[in-house]
Amino acid sequence: MVEFALPKNSKITTGKTWPKPEGASNVRKFQIYRWNPDDGKNPRVDTYFVDMDECGPMVLDALIKIKNEIDPTLTFRRSCREGICGSCAMNIDGINTLACIYGMDEIKGDVKIYPLPHMPVVKDLIPDLTHFYAQHASIMPWLETKTNRPAKEWRQSIEDRKKLDGLYECVMCASCSTSCPSYWWNGDRYLGPAALLHAYRWIIDSRDEATGERLDNLEDPFKLYRCHTIMNCAKTCPKGLNPAKAIAEIKKMMVERNI
Amino acid sequence: MAFLTDRKRAEYRGSSRHGTEHFWGQTISAVGLAILIPLFVITFGCVLGSSYEEVLAYYQRPFPAIIAAMTFLVSMIHFRHGIQVVIEDYSRGLQKKFLIIAFTCIAYAIAATGLFALARIAL
Repeated sequence: MVEFALPKNSKITTGKTWPKPEGASNVRKFQIYRWNPDDGKNPRVDTYFVDMDECGPMVLDALIKIKNEIDPTLTFRRSCREGICGSCAMNIDGINTLACIYGMDEIKGDVKIYPLPHMPVVKDLIPDLTHFYAQHASIMPWLETKTNRPAKEWRQSIEDRKKLDGLYECVMCASCSTSCPSYWWNGDRYLGPAALLHAYRWIIDSRDEATGERLDNLEDPFKLYRCHTIMNCAKTCPKGLNPAKAIAEIKKMMVERNI
Repeated sequence: MAFLTDRKRAEYRGSSRHGTEHFWGQTISAVGLAILIPLFVITFGCVLGSSYEEVLAYYQRPFPAIIAAMTFLVSMIHFRHGIQVVIEDYSRGLQKKFLIIAFTCIAYAIAATGLFALARIAL
């Protein structure tokens, strides 16, 4: 449900300001959300200064530099460093994106980094995506067949394969779902853009034989129809995908099978 | 604290197998209003500033009367659909049920009042 103010224990305070690197001429200021579940304190924003002459170009490079050289307690997820794994999704300069492919030259002024919005925080920049993954699992993200043949390869025409473009590339980083106000307010029941994009990926797959069941499972005022075409998902997707279009296509299929 | 699995929470109570009718109904009423509202503004604008007798005579003609009646009706149907979505977004539990019932009643009451007023003028 809509909440207009943060709970008392989520109000953000000003944290520690770490010293500037000595002798550095090209210094950039980073303001980073910190929260430790073990100290019982409210979240805070710590300020760090990074020597940009000694740092890579991406936001993740700076985070790694801060963790390695300034504050080893800073906690965040990262893995591939090339926008494939989706681990380092966070809110940078007000945009949900992947830290590994977001260049610092795209940011004016201080670099402000927060965890993905409106998700429970595990620690610092790590959101709890348990519910998000469970929602993804609920849409049956696999090829569902009923006939036994062909026993080996299920062939697909070039045209049918093309329908999966713009869908299969999703890396499940959760940037889209956590940018969606509908998902913020009704994330317990609304599946969100990422899960729905994946649902459409299997609905539209020419080899899948569970299209009807898939549509049945989505036909719900909350699971699907909480999408109000706000389009934040398409705007924020670091992979340039358009979940809103996928959702609109599902709605279109729902109408077509009803009339 | 309920000891539910993540999957159980995500599945909730399953799909209610409806929602498309509501979505399609709202789409149809939106398209209808896109046509009706300009027609209503034009027909209503024609008698703005006219005398009481001239307005009565104008709305006794079928075209402006039917346009006005349909605008009342379709806009209230659209309002009812829309407000239900807003209530579902912004409230929970008993309050949600109460608000949906209340606003459904208000929408139909406004439509009935408009149609009654129009009938009195036109007939």
